[in-house]
Order: sequence, then C-alpha cells, then structure tokens
Amino acid sequence: MPDTKVRDLSAAIEMIEPGSSIAMGLALEHAIPFAAGHELIRQGTDDLTLIGPISDLLFDQLVAADLVDRVRAAWVGNVSAGTGYNFRRAVEDGDLEVENHSNFSIALSLKAAAMGVPYLPTRSLLGSDIFDESDRFREAEDPYSGDRLALVPAIRPDWAIVHVQRASPYGDAHFWGNSGVTFEGVKAAKNTLVVAEEIVDSDVIKSDPSRTAITRESVTTVAEVPYGAHPSPLAGRYNRDNEYYVDYAERTNDLADAADWLEEWVYSVPDRTTYMEKIERNLSVSEPTVAAEVEYGK
Amino acid sequence: MESEAYTDRELMVAAAAREIDDGDVAFVGMRLPLIAFQVAVSTHATNALSVFESGVVRDDPADGFLHTMCDLPNLDHAVSTTSMIDIMSRLQRGDIDVGFLGGAEIDRYGNLNTTRVSSGSRQIRLPGSGGACDIACLSQRTVILMPHEPRRFVQNVTYNTSPGHGEGGDWRERNSVAGGGPETLVTTKATFSFDDDGEMYVESVHPGVDLDDIVDDFPWDLRTAKDVTGDAVGRTDPPSQTVLDLIRKFDPDGFWTR
Repeated sequence: MPDTKVRDLSAAIEMIEPGSSIAMGLALEHAIPFAAGHELIRQGTDDLTLIGPISDLLFDQLVAADLVDRVRAAWVGNVSAGTGYNFRRAVEDGDLEVENHSNFSIALSLKAAAMGVPYLPTRSLLGSDIFDESDRFREAEDPYSGDRLALVPAIRPDWAIVHVQRASPYGDAHFWGNSGVTFEGVKAAKNTLVVAEEIVDSDVIKSDPSRTAITRESVTTVAEVPYGAHPSPLAGRYNRDNEYYVDYAERTNDLADAADWLEEWVYSVPDRTTYMEKIERNLSVSEPTVAAEVEYGK
Repeated sequence: MESEAYTDRELMVAAAAREIDDGDVAFVGMRLPLIAFQVAVSTHATNALSVFESGVVRDDPADGFLHTMCDLPNLDHAVSTTSMIDIMSRLQRGDIDVGFLGGAEIDRYGNLNTTRVSSGSRQIRLPGSGGACDIACLSQRTVILMPHEPRRFVQNVTYNTSPGHGEGGDWRERNSVAGGGPETLVTTKATFSFDDDGEMYVESVHPGVDLDDIVDDFPWDLRTAKDVTGDAVGRTDPPSQTVLDLIRKFDPDGFWTR
C-alpha cells in the first residue's frame, strides 16, 4: 500500500518554507483555501510570492499580515466590494511588487509548466499595456501562418494549495464544480497541498475515476479541514458567506483596523473548529442536487 | 406601458440585456452583467448561452441571487462546470459573440483601464484585469458598462488594461488584436456607439438627461449620432415593467442594482 500523506493542517503548512511561491485561489471565487491561508498567517511564513488568476480576499489577507513580497496575478480584490484595501495600500507604499497578468495569461503560464514546455502562444494580450510593460511576454511570428502572437512563459510555483470535496490518504482527489486553473496549477507546481473537506477510502475515489483530476504523484501532503474554504463557496457543501466579504471591506480600510481584523479572525483562532463557531449564518446547501448515477464496471 | 421608477443601474442592466442577441454566446463577468444575462435569457434571448471565466456555462437564469459567478446557484444545474482554459479557448477561437467590460477610465476609442489611476500626486492601485484584457482582445464585440462620471472619461487611459479601438482606424488589425472591439458603451446617463474609425459617439440619452448636460463631461469634442449617421440623438428606452420585475427577482435586495 502507498504511504499515507495525511497531516494535520498545521504540520502541512510547516512544510512550506518562507520565501516560497504559492499558487492558490485557482478556482476563482470557488473553493478558495482560506483555512490554509490563515494557518500561513499564524505561522508567519513570510517573503512569499502569491500566484493566481483572481484573488477574492485571500491574497489581501496575506498582504495585510505582511507576508507577501510579490504577487503574480490578474486581479486582486474583494469581488463583493471591489477593492482589497491592504493590497492597494501595499502597492501604493512600494511594499509589494506586482506582475500584471490577464486571467488567460496566468492560465497559460501554469498550463505551460503543467505540460512541461517553456511557453505557450496566445492571441490575447497584444495591444495591451499588460503586454507592453512586461519583459516576460514576447511577441513572435507563427512560423506556419505568419500571424503575430504573444508568448507566455511558464510559471512553476513551489507550491499549489487547493481545496477539494474529498481526497484519499494518498492524495488522489475528487473535485467538482467549476475548476478555473486548479488542475493546471497542481500539475505546474513542484509541491501540492490538498486540503479536503473529507478524507475518504481510496475505493471511494476509484468508484468515479472521471472525477479524479488530481492524482497522488502530484500531491505532497493532504489535510482534512471541514469548512476549510469558508467564506468562499464549495460545490455541494456550503454557500458563499457574502456578509463576511462586505464586513471585511468595511473593517480593513486602514492598517490598524486590518490588524484588529486579523487578530479577531486569524491570530486568536487556533483552529477551524473554533473558527466555525464564530460563523452564525446558515450557509448549508438547502436544496441539494444529486447527479444522475454514473456506472462503470466490466 | 409606463413603468414605476427605476434606478440608474436597473436601466443599465436593461440596456445591457438588449445587447445580447438571441443565440449569442455571451462572456459574462462580475456585477451587473450577472443580472443582464439572466434578464436576456428570460425575455428575448431564450437561446443565448453564458460562459464565465471560472468555467461555468449556463443556458438559463440561476435559481438564487448571485454575488459572484461561482455562487452555488450559478453552479447548480449549469450546462457545464469546466475550466478556465476551456472558456478562454472558446474566446480565442472566436466563438464568443459578446463580452461585457467595465472600467475606471475610458478614452474616445474605448480603451479601458482597470489597473491604476492617478489622483493628484497619488497613484491609486486598482484590482487589475481579471479576464477583461482577454475579453477585450478576443470577443467578436464588447459592451462596456460604466457609471457616468467625468473623471472616468480621459484623453488617454493611464494604463491600457483592455484594448478598445486603440488609436482608431485599422489599429486593431495592425496590432493583431483579434476580436471586434467595443460596439456599445452604456453609462448611467447615455448609450454610445462607435463609428467606423472606432471613435465613440452618443447614440441616445437616458430618460431625463439632455445632451447638453453631458457633452462637457468629455475632454474631447464628443461626437453624436447626428455627426455620424445624420440621425438625431435618440432617447434610451426605459426598462419595461417585465424587465424591471425580472431585475428585482434576480437581485431581490438590490445588492448590485440599488
């Protein structure tokens, strides 16, 4: 039998060295690994580079905790309220380097690394300042058609952190709902932490192999954290906690307030069980949809 | 039929919904377009399809309010929940008929900035592109929604996050920018089209707005439908009661539209 990769979340996060580059928030507003992000903050893992398409709040929280040197992303903010004030403040104060992307350029960067090629071409970006200001994106002529294309070089993160509905102890995982660049991110990264709502027997995973897009050889460690994506939604498990996002925007507009918020919601909260006791809103799936039965067999 | 009072944003949603033709594949982003697609597919565009960069594909309204494209009601009973590469590849193949955009700044050729702006000596950092640059580059046409605030209308955008018609004329073709570029701008006061040179002009003013009220909001000589087509500047149709009822069904607390 393969070795189990299960650790508690704290031990899993201890594997991530200061100075690491981490891809997360890869399914956009869905399945954001907030529990893992908060554990990074509690452990003070700093000098980080954060990579992702859009970040709905999580990057802003890590920036607020002064752990981030650099962001490589297409959008950083708060989807309910617009601005991420800590991200804005850090950039304006010169404390945070930003590599501007579009969503497609981040997706292609990770896809290139996932495919083991140095770059991928695209018809996007050309004509934009995202392209013009960059010394990474290059223009090239397609040797076949002569078309002008933009070349997007690969990004290979040290870590990907993803939140899924269920995983085996070996790291094979089921994930459903929209995936954004989750699977590209996992295959691009040197290491992956899979945070699962539930750790299940390997037979459960193998009962529906078409749903298994993350497999053990890509996975470094697995942690079981129910509600680990809160306040983001997770398909079939819980709804988005919109009031949390609005409240965060109202309470983190200046540095002192942001510190108070982190104290209340991260530093003084030892684990996810204690965290969830603070959430009074009912986010449960009130009308579950059960998918049509899928049969395999022989 | 005269409808009851409506907000500026409800009118924008109604105008945006009209920009989705029946059978279109629409690339829907954040905020007001989330509501506009649901209105369109519930009224005149029953065969429209929506795609979202998160990977969601839908052919009907969500059963529940959407704060974001990834809220569970948008995933529940979707046609498909797939990946970003899948969705962006549809865009790159030219399969997206209409994409929606917003911006902090716009210039006369519909170039958009959502990355950084200046206010006096201060450089203000904005969230960035998200998928906007890709939509702007690759959609067959784009529809832009913006609050009507004079500071947003600029000679040159501080940062060209999402290219419109560039410097006008054949700029997109010369720069290998594949899609069709901006076709319509809807603000809270008027609706604008873009002429053959790619320059915006006033197509219609919203109810209660005079053309004279808005021309000084632009730091260039704003063209009008009369200059371009010879037709007088029109009056934007107000939302019908049916459309207003739908907007309030999809946004019951007015989170986006009040």
